[in-house]
Formats: sequence, C-alpha cells, structure tokens
Amino acid sequence: MNDLLDPLLLSRWQFGLTTIYHFLFVPLTIGLALTVAIFQTAWVRTGHLKYLQITKFFGKIFLINFAMGTVTGIVQEFQFGMNWSDYSRFVGDVFGAPLALEGLLAFFLEATFIGLWIFGWDRLPKKLHLATIWVTALASILSAYFIIAANSFMQNPVGYQINEAKGRAELTDIWALLTNKVALAAFPHTIFACFMVSAALIVCAAAWHLSRNQHLDTMRPALKFGLWMMVIAGTLTFLSGDQLGLAMVQTQPMKMAAAEALYNTSTGANASFSIFTLGTPDGVSELFSIRIPYLLSFLSTHTFDGTVEGINDLQAQYTQLYGPGDYTPTIWVTYWAFRYMIAFGVLAVMIAVGGLWFTRKGRMPKKRWIWKVAIWSMPLPLAAMIVGWVFTEMGRQPWIVFSLLKTQDAVSPNTTGLEVLISLIAFTLVYGTLAVVEFRLIKKAIQKGPDQAPQPDAETGEVKHEATVY
Amino acid sequence: MDLPTLWFGLLAFFFIGYFVLDGFDFGVGMSIPFLGRDVRGPNDTDRRVLINTIGPIWDLNETWVIVAGAAMFAAFPEWYATLFSGFYLVFLVILLALILRGVSFEYRHQRPEIAWKRRFDRMIVIGSAVPAFLWGLVFANVVRGVPLDAGFNYTGTVFDLFSPYAVLGGLTTLLLFFTHGVVFVSLKTSGDIRERARQLAGRSGLLTIVVAAVFLVWTTVSFGSVWSGILSAVAAVTLVAGWLANQRKAEGWSFTFLAATIAFAVLSLFVSLVPDVMPATNDPANSLTIANASSSGYTLTLMSWVALAFVPLILGYQAFTYWVFRKRVSRASITGEPEPSGPAASGSRVSA
Ligand code: HDD
Ligand code: HEM
Ligand code: HEM
Repeated sequence: MNDLLDPLLLSRWQFGLTTIYHFLFVPLTIGLALTVAIFQTAWVRTGHLKYLQITKFFGKIFLINFAMGTVTGIVQEFQFGMNWSDYSRFVGDVFGAPLALEGLLAFFLEATFIGLWIFGWDRLPKKLHLATIWVTALASILSAYFIIAANSFMQNPVGYQINEAKGRAELTDIWALLTNKVALAAFPHTIFACFMVSAALIVCAAAWHLSRNQHLDTMRPALKFGLWMMVIAGTLTFLSGDQLGLAMVQTQPMKMAAAEALYNTSTGANASFSIFTLGTPDGVSELFSIRIPYLLSFLSTHTFDGTVEGINDLQAQYTQLYGPGDYTPTIWVTYWAFRYMIAFGVLAVMIAVGGLWFTRKGRMPKKRWIWKVAIWSMPLPLAAMIVGWVFTEMGRQPWIVFSLLKTQDAVSPNTTGLEVLISLIAFTLVYGTLAVVEFRLIKKAIQKGPDQAPQPDAETGEVKHEATVY
Repeated sequence: MDLPTLWFGLLAFFFIGYFVLDGFDFGVGMSIPFLGRDVRGPNDTDRRVLINTIGPIWDLNETWVIVAGAAMFAAFPEWYATLFSGFYLVFLVILLALILRGVSFEYRHQRPEIAWKRRFDRMIVIGSAVPAFLWGLVFANVVRGVPLDAGFNYTGTVFDLFSPYAVLGGLTTLLLFFTHGVVFVSLKTSGDIRERARQLAGRSGLLTIVVAAVFLVWTTVSFGSVWSGILSAVAAVTLVAGWLANQRKAEGWSFTFLAATIAFAVLSLFVSLVPDVMPATNDPANSLTIANASSSGYTLTLMSWVALAFVPLILGYQAFTYWVFRKRVSRASITGEPEPSGPAASGSRVSA
C-alpha cells in the first residue's frame, strides 16, 4: 500500500502522462497552423477557390485540435509547482524565465491572433486576415523554442551558478540558456518531427477521400502537399536527430550508451550499432545481439575509429563525481524507445516516398491496399514522437536536472500520495474521455470533407465570407 | 523601489489582468442558465448569442493566467512552489474546470443535437463558476496566511482552506465576476437578451454589493493597512457606481466601473500582503516575504526589460482584437433571422 501511494512514483506517472498527452496535440497545432497558412496564402495569391476550400477544411481540424492543446497546456504550467515544488524552488530562477518569455512573447500572440483568424473572416481585409494565421503559426513555433530551451537546461545545464546560501541555481546568462547546444539541435528536430505528424494527418485525410473517388480537385493537391511535407520534414528530422545525437554524446554520454545498451567502452569496429540486443536481467552485460560494425562509432563521433563510452565505465565515473548511487537509466526503455523512434520515422518516410511514386504524373492508384496503407500510417510519426520524448526524459534519469538535482529530491515534500493519486485518476479519466471525443470529432470532420467554396461576387470578384459563429 | 517590489507590483498587474478579463467571461458562462433560456422556443439561439459575445476573446483572456503563473514562477519561485503544492487539490479542481470549459466552447457547436449542446453548456456553467469561486478562496487564504514550516511548505490540510473568511472571499469573486459578465452581455448584445441581462445585473449587483462590502471590511480590519483600506474603499465606491450606471442603462460605464472594482479589490489584497507574499500563521519567521521569495537580481532585471518592451505591445494587439469585435451580437447575427421590430416587442416579453 505504501508503494502504491508513493508521491514520487505517482507524480512521475502523472507528469509523464499529462505531458505526453499535451504533446499529442501540440505537433498538430504547429504543423497544421503552417499548412493552413500556406494554403490560405495560395488562395490569396492565385484566387483559386479550391485552395480556400482546403484552407477551411484543415482549418476546422486545426481548431478542434487547438482547444485541446491549450487546455492541457495550462496543466503543464502549474504542475511544476504542484508536484515538483522542490524542483521549482531549485531551478525557478533559471527555468521560470523561459517559461515567462514563452507566455509573454508567444502564447499571448497565439491566443489573440487565433481568435482574430477564426472570427475575422468577414471583419478583416483579406491580407490582414491572412497575416493573422501566419502570426499564429509563427507564435506556436516560437513557443516551442522557449519550452525546448527550458527543457534543454534540464538536459544540459548552462548559463547558471549555484547559490549555496539559497540552495538554488541562479541564472547568469540568458543568452547561453537560449543558445544551449542541446536546444539548438532539439528545436529543429522537434519542429520537423511536428511537421511529420501533421503531414501524416493530411495524407490520411486526403487518401480517405481519394480512395472513394471524391473531392478530387481539393484532395489531390492536399495529398501531394502532405507527401512532400513528410519526405522533406522527415529528411530534416533525421539530419537534425543526428546532430542531436552528437550533442547528447557530449553532454549525457550515459543516455546514449543506454540508447545503445553498450555496456563496455568500445572503439572503431567494435563500436557497432545493434539492431537487436538482449541483456542479462541485472543489466550489466549483454547476452545476444545483431550488430552493424562501425556504425555506432560513426553516429556518435562522425568518425569510424571513435571511442564510445560504455555504461559500466560511466557508472564508475559518475560514482566518483557525484557520490555513490545508481546513475543508469532503465536500459530496456531507452534502448527500445530509441529504436522505435527511428523505425517509425523511417517507415513513415518510406511510405510517403512510395506514395509519391504511385501518384507520379497525376496517377491515381487503383489498388485498395495502397490507400489503406496511406490512411493507416497516420499514427506512425506521432508514435515516433512519443517514444522519442520517453527516451529523452527517461534517459536522463535519475536526474531531473542533469548533474544538479535528482528526480527523487524534486518532488513536493508536503503533497501526499493520496492527493497525487486523486489527481492522477482525475486527469486520466478526463483526458481519456476527451481523447475519445476529440478523435471522433476529427474523424467526423475529415470524413465530411471540404465544404463548398463560397462563390465570388459577380461584379467585384470578391468572396463574401459568412460570419463565423459558435 | 527595488526589483522584487517592482515584480510584486507587476504580478498584481498580471492577476488584475486575469481577473478583470477572464472574470467577465466566467460571468458570461455562469449566466447561461439565467439568460440562455430561449424565450422563443426550444432552440439555443440565446445561448449562442451569449457564447459568441466572448467567442473571439475567451482564449486570450485565459492566457493571462498562464502568464501570471509563469511570471510568479520566474519572479517568486518560492511563492509559486509553496502556493501550488500547498493548495494542491484546490488547483486540481481549478485546472479540471478550465479544461472542461475550454473544450466546451470549441466542441458544443460541432454537432447539431440539442442533447450534445446541453452537455457542453453544463460544462461551461460549472467550468466557469468553479474557478470563479476558487480563485477568490485562494487569494483570501493567501491574505489571511496559512501554516508554513521552516522550509516554507504548507502544513495544513485542504479542509483548512475553507475557513469562513476564505469562503466569503470565494463568494465575493463569484458574485463580482457574475455581475461583471452579465453587464458585459448587456453591453455586447441587442434585443431582449440585452434588457434581461440589465435587469439580472441589477439584482445580482445588489447581492454583490452586500457580500463584497462584508469581505472588504473584514479584510481591512483583520489584515489590512491604511493603504489597503483606502483601495478597498475605492473598490466599494466603484462597485456602487457600477450598479447605479447599470440602473441608468449606461452599460459601458457600468462595465468599466466593475472592472475598476475588480482591479482595486485585487490591488487591495496585494497591498495588504506587503511585506509578505504569504504570511505564516503559526510563526512569523516562516513567512514568505517579497524579499526571501524572489529571484536573483539578474533574472528580475532581465524580466523587467522584457516586460517593459512587450507588455505595451501585448496590450495594443489585445485592444485591437476587442476593437475588431466591437459589434453587438444579436439573434439575427447568429441565425440570419430578422430581428423583431422595435424595442417594445422584446421589452414587453420580459417586463418584470
Ligand atoms: C517523428 C518523430 C521523430 C523521428 C522520426 C526521429 N525523432 Fe529523434 N526525437 C523526436 C522525434 C523523432 C522527439 C520526440 O521530438 C525528440 C524528443 C526530445 C527532442 O528534442 O526530440 C527526439 C529525441 C531524440 C534524441 C534525444 C535528444 C535528447 O535526449 O535531448 C536523439 C539523440 C534523437 N532524437 C535522434 C534521432 C535520430 C538519429 C533519428 C533518425 C535518424 C530520429 N531521432 C528520428
Ligand atoms: C520543457 C519541457 C519539459 C519539462 C520541463 C519536463 C520535465 C519533466 C519532469 C519534471 C519530469 C518528472 C521527472 C520524472 O518522472 O522523471 C519529466 C518526466 C517525463 N517527461 Fe518531461 N518535461 C518536458 C517536456 C516533455 C515533453 C514535451 C514530453 C513528451 C511529450 C515529456 C515526457 C516526459 C515523460 C514521458 C516523463 C516520464 C519519465 C519518467 O517517468 O521517468 N517531457 N519531465
Ligand atoms: C517540447 C515540448 C512542448 C512544446 C513544443 C509545446 C508547444 C506548445 C504549443 C505550440 C502550444 C499552443 C498550441 C495549442 O494550444 O495547441 C502549447 C500550449 C501550451 N503549452 Fe506546451 N509545449 C510543450 C510542452 C509544454 C510544457 C512542458 C509546458 C509546461 C510549462 C507547456 C505549457 C503550455 C501552456 C501553458 C499552453 C497553453 C497556452 C495557450 O493558452 O495558448 N507546454 N504548447
């Protein structure tokens, strides 16, 4: 019973659950805002009504999704104080700044301009209305930058000093914090991953209609757009992931060793990348694996004869540095999460390349399975995204702020296990229900297809928009 | 003025922004059962009129709490940590309410069935009333003080937070936001709903005056200073002025006076806290003060520049949004149905 009511364990579950949940919606917000902005620009510039239809079609999905991103985001803002008060006391001076910047510079913009966009169709001049969706899209990307800069401080603390008297970290250099090398790599990686997620949704929606031979004039360009977006964003995700891996090897070698389940330090050909590894249950040595020689050395150092440090050596090093303790994250989680992230992403991009091939020069494949694959590959990048974060966050354990504060010392000391259990159950129930509603609404909006475009005025050629109302 | 004090003031500013803005859209949400009863039959046009008065702005209003929370985290990490971990379950309920309310605005119009809409209407009402009450309760507890240990951790239970004084504080914000919201409805609508809102605000305004007066006097006598007393008095005067303006059908003035009431009341609470931010009732040595709860000079300086540069801009584009959506919402603008001619037709239906 005591274990069940451990506030630390429950708080970790709650934070993981609510953050992952928040991050189910954020990628769609980020990617769809940009998509909508691009199609609306196409409409404003060319005047083709099909682009307006596409804009409104994805705009509707974007809005259903946006509501969830916002309300789950508020939970994130207050959870640090509620569940991790000792963490908040320790890092508030450093960590609060990017969060406040995010609110002042990005969230306000986003929340204001999205209102202008939704309700402004018939109130604002065309160009100004177009600008509102661009501001929304850019603000959402900006907000991601600040939150990732905050998270990167936890991965690789920079720009701070420890105030012994107050027992906390204090900010000394905001520029160092904002140009943390982990942030510089993690930001593009996350943003491009977000674009992959929304590309998958666009492809899924377009394929659903095209496979039924309907809405061809709008869904063909949408499909093409989605497939290219996936291929381009996917490539950039891989490239930036490679950079992120390099940064991680330098800042948290333990995480990357755990990602490889590499127990002993190895060099050159021995630093091989494993496709599959089985370790002993106590996690100190490996039993069986399938490996590609040199690849790990190359991935970690960009040379073929590099040395990659192993878990056992790092554990010994860390014990010397930080005192006795277990500095190894849960190997099977990091190992498999890392592989699934890559595998899901590669699969998604391969499917998109296949899609481009099958639809080359305006072809429309007849075989049903092709469309089925396009529709059902929707969850792949989202899954990659989630396991990527699980890898990032769990690979950092036992630290909450790497090398400075352990997760076990971060939890609120006065919050009882019962309280956290109540909140965990409440969030699970509410989030679970909302997920079902949300999924159905998005599915319905996709299946309904784009509305008829409003006809332009015969004399002026201007399109008259109906006022948007709830 | 030193930096921590400046930030104490800025934090008051962000919370005032939040309570003035989100306060009235809580009020609009709560008014649905009173004003959204659709006198013309079983459709939901009146409710849609209500919801559309805040449609384009509720999200930006709500963002003020995110910024207030983040500013508290950045400028007073100790306060943020103590408050949110100490009042854990209260904040849990506030968060759940805000979640349900936020999705309801977006979801209720996704399907035509009345049963579907009613479900989300209920969530809007509850999701508005609950935070309106609990925010008052939270701030009353902050002013009154709570037991803290030497590490500034709250040592009471959730039940200790429901003292008569704190509950009265909750009722005060509940009623104040309700009346402010109803006045906003009369400011932003036309037709009979506007008239009904005005009458409702007249009635709820009286109750608000009574409850708020007791709360402000209690605050001043037990926890206040000369300055907080003066601010409370100003709040009381503007409240009465707001009520009178409503009776005179000066909706704009009424709305403005009530906004001022909320601003002065929050300011009065903040001023009565000085020099503490969270007094400890068990041992004054454990109190969180502006000095010992604040961030370092570097962080506060940085944040001050950011606030100086961006707050005017933020106020500018938010004002622009309010200006773009300045038109009144009517049944006709929702459904396209023609407005019944003349005020008499709508007035007679509701005349008391
Ligand atoms: C569509 C999603 C997706 C795909 C296909 C990939 N990643 Fe990724 N990855 C993420 C989505 C993601 C993420 C969820 O966005 C993470 C979590 C934290 C972060 O910054 O990005 C992440 C984290 C992450 C990290 C850990 C960073 C840290 O601990 O801070 C590394 C080293 C990589 N990725 C490397 C790669 C490589 C080498 C990939 C392929 C060749 C790859 N990722 C594909
Ligand atoms: C600024 C951004 C972020 C911060 C400050 C942050 C902070 C934290 C904290 C405080 C914990 C609790 C400690 C623990 O349980 O290990 C945690 C764990 C976790 N976070 Fe993050 N996180 C951030 C971003 C994210 C994102 C975007 C995701 C994924 C969508 C994520 C996924 C997780 C997961 C899965 C855990 C659980 C790990 C575990 O149980 O060991 N985090 N993070
Ligand atoms: C890498 C991780 C994260 C990214 C990229 C991200 C990005 C975003 C974006 C783009 C939005 C607005 C879009 C929408 O409403 O759907 C949003 C909402 C929000 N996020 Fe996150 N988020 C992340 C994790 C977190 C964490 C850990 C926190 C906690 C501090 C947080 C706090 C918020 C808040 C408070 C909102 C609501 C803002 C509003 O009302 O517009 N986010 N997030």
